[in-house]
Amino acid sequence: MRLTVNSRQHDLDVEDEMPLLWVLRDVLGIHGPKYGCGIGQCGACTVHLDGVAVRSCQIAAADAVGAAITTIEGLGTPEAPHPVQTAWIVEQVAQCGYCQSGQIMQAASLLAEVPNPTDAEIDDAMSGNLCRCATYPRIRAAIRRASQSEDS
Amino acid sequence: MGAGKIARRGFLVGAAALGGGIAFGTYLYRRTPENPLRATLPSGSTVLTPYVMISAEGITLITPRADVGQGAASIQAHLLAEELDVDPAKVQLDPGPASPVYYNGKVAAEGMPLAAWDSRWLAQTGRSASDVAGKLIGLHLTGGSTTVPDTYERLRAAGASARETLKAAAAGEMGVAVDQLRTEDGQVIGPDGSTRAYSDLIEALRDTPVVQDVPLRAPEQWVRLGRKHQRTDIVPKSTGTFRYGVDLTLPNMIHATVVTNPVRGGGLRRMDTRAAEAMRGVEAVVAITDGAAVLADNDWRAMEAARAIEVEWDGGGPDTDALWQTHADAMTDDNRDSRFADDGNVETAPGAPVTAEYRVPFLHHAPLEPANATVLYQPERTEVWTATQAPRFVAQAVARITGQDAEVVTVHALPAGGSFGHRLEDEWVRQAAEIAVQRPGRPIRLTWSREQDMTHGFLRPMALARGHGTVQDKRVRSLDLSIAAQSVAESQLGRAGMPSFGPDVAIVAAAWDAPYAIPDRRVTGYRVRAMVPVSSWRSVGASHNGFFHECFLDELIHAAGADPVEERLRLLHDDPSRKVLETVADMANWAGPAGARGVAFVYSFGVPVAQICEVRDTDGGIVIDKLWIAAEVGRVLDPVNIEAQLSGGALFGLGHAISSEITLTDGSTDQTNFHDYESLRIWQTPKVEVRVLESGGPIRGAGEPGLPPAAPALANAIFAATGTRLREMPFAKTLRFA
Ligand code: FES
Ligand code: FES
Repeated sequence: MRLTVNSRQHDLDVEDEMPLLWVLRDVLGIHGPKYGCGIGQCGACTVHLDGVAVRSCQIAAADAVGAAITTIEGLGTPEAPHPVQTAWIVEQVAQCGYCQSGQIMQAASLLAEVPNPTDAEIDDAMSGNLCRCATYPRIRAAIRRASQSEDS
Repeated sequence: MGAGKIARRGFLVGAAALGGGIAFGTYLYRRTPENPLRATLPSGSTVLTPYVMISAEGITLITPRADVGQGAASIQAHLLAEELDVDPAKVQLDPGPASPVYYNGKVAAEGMPLAAWDSRWLAQTGRSASDVAGKLIGLHLTGGSTTVPDTYERLRAAGASARETLKAAAAGEMGVAVDQLRTEDGQVIGPDGSTRAYSDLIEALRDTPVVQDVPLRAPEQWVRLGRKHQRTDIVPKSTGTFRYGVDLTLPNMIHATVVTNPVRGGGLRRMDTRAAEAMRGVEAVVAITDGAAVLADNDWRAMEAARAIEVEWDGGGPDTDALWQTHADAMTDDNRDSRFADDGNVETAPGAPVTAEYRVPFLHHAPLEPANATVLYQPERTEVWTATQAPRFVAQAVARITGQDAEVVTVHALPAGGSFGHRLEDEWVRQAAEIAVQRPGRPIRLTWSREQDMTHGFLRPMALARGHGTVQDKRVRSLDLSIAAQSVAESQLGRAGMPSFGPDVAIVAAAWDAPYAIPDRRVTGYRVRAMVPVSSWRSVGASHNGFFHECFLDELIHAAGADPVEERLRLLHDDPSRKVLETVADMANWAGPAGARGVAFVYSFGVPVAQICEVRDTDGGIVIDKLWIAAEVGRVLDPVNIEAQLSGGALFGLGHAISSEITLTDGSTDQTNFHDYESLRIWQTPKVEVRVLESGGPIRGAGEPGLPPAAPALANAIFAATGTRLREMPFAKTLRFA
């Protein structure tokens, strides 16, 4: 099957039902998306499918064929971070950092859809992303900061 | 990563003595342990310090305390950099090898019955004994919020010694006096403005004796510490480029996962692995302690095959319901473990009586990164890559399995995707080693599935407390608290093959030493005989005792008809403690008009912390609007991160208090993943405001002490809102939360 990840095409021989998360991590060596639960409960594996945040542990590889898959590596880089990543850096959100690829992908998807989310919209959009280190106050602050930077 | 890199090329500069002020002790204690980096350096190099390495490629700072997300690597780098004059963002960081050189001189004090507010001679002597003990046994360990207190002087001294040695080397080369030189950004600068990069001084360093006992810069001179700065891991953690153990990829690596008995040592009745072995990508299913391991070509195939193994386990164990009775039965003289506080006479204290019983359940650490380890076994040498808070224990545990000397087991300590105490354990490392000896020459990367991780926790003990007290003349007159729990020290040291002696302070920590001058006051610990493997969970005994003590005190204060803040202030006999309580009351405008609020104060890990929580009782359930936190840590080194640690600790405490519990049926954990082991989510998170006081007293760490006051502040606020006293966690069992 052919998958398009971060604008690059990959021809792969994997099981149709292999979750996209594991294709990314173990077949393509793209390690930004993380395994936290495997059952759609934590959001650590969040990537974009055609710009929309999804849990890659819940998407069968075959169902991602034809879609533009974006991982955190495709969102921005240390040298050229995406505005959401810049906000995350300025607010120093991360503690252990394990959930943060997923948090950032979820937030980027929210802001693409709702450029100026209310507090309730932020909490609602981020509700499926677990942070065991409880960095939530800074996640909110970073989303607000990113939303303002896109305004200006 | 790890020692491998250091071994190839390097030159180490700095102080041969670690830290200063070692004034007494045995011969063995006085002798500086061998620098672990020396053994593996190329010939011709000289090794002078275990913390700073200079090579032609640049500078590497050694940060031996484990980074489990709390920012340990960054703060250690900043401590070194403040004296060494390098930019932490421009140097390499490396946790270094497992070695007694990196002993922790502070952590053993946590196991002693010493109240942190007690500055009398006996308590000070006890704390010094902790340093002796840590050094004697080479306790290379991270925990007990000791990273900052333990490395505060040691790393600055190493940085200063390295800087002055570099200057001495440069002085020789440049033909000028040392006092004409200064240092900046990894360079020595001469009087004429000419510069020498540190990494260009390697040759000159060979003949330069190490400059020792360099006076440390005063805090007023600091340019990094105490000021807002960026943690060294923030950019990689915001761009998906930070690497964890689960991401480690080595040539020819085998992906493994395990299926083991949910009751350790329980035995196996029947196992059928045929279906698993026939699945795509599966190389083999091999036997390990308590079960089997699947070896495959990727994690998912290994986990799918593990699910296809049919198994019936033997053995069994307790049910949680029955264990409550066991805890109640343990409150007898036979099981009395400690009575460190016994003032006045609680038996005869006058006043109106108040009694209450409290319960907290088992909890799992459940860091978001599942347990994992990579082991490469070769007959002459074994390498281990894993996140660990105790690398020497890991090396010894692996050596027992491979039949090798611990000296030939190299542990590359990796940063962890969370720990909360979990990475003090090493069961998964031992499992990876058991697999590795069956596949010499091939790296085995073992990753636990979330289900394996959730059902094989090393648990925060469940605990039961009974409070009895009296009130008189609008005052709290007496408080008698009895606490029954398993001993974490006994369980955890037992797993490492070590005995534990005497009472376990954790059973009563933060209760016996609560600095309240209540005329008749007694705290008794009862030891529940070990049945379930228990472990150090963020803030350890204080995680339950803060709740027990502060909720019961609150009940007494209400029965007395006094104000919860005023009466606590009246009772607190420790000045810094009163100060944090006054501060938090100020922040929350306690005296002014407000919603339903609760207050709690807990002194743990040397840090007095006061919190006020504000809640609303709505149609949808309890909403937590706000949490105010005030703490006193002596001195703040990283103002941004300390706020995150205190806030994170408190929110971790709130989340577990509301919704988390591990229950056992026949010894097996009932919860299997995050759907039935919930913790705080963003919509439940209150606004948090933190204020950190710096009295200039002993410097303290903030990873744990933010947690214990959170649950009682919430419970006390809920009482104010609803009139319901929450005496059992998780609170969601009793009340609905929005
Ligand atoms: S790993 Fe996909 S939601 Fe947790
Ligand atoms: S930063 Fe650790 S889980 Fe979110």
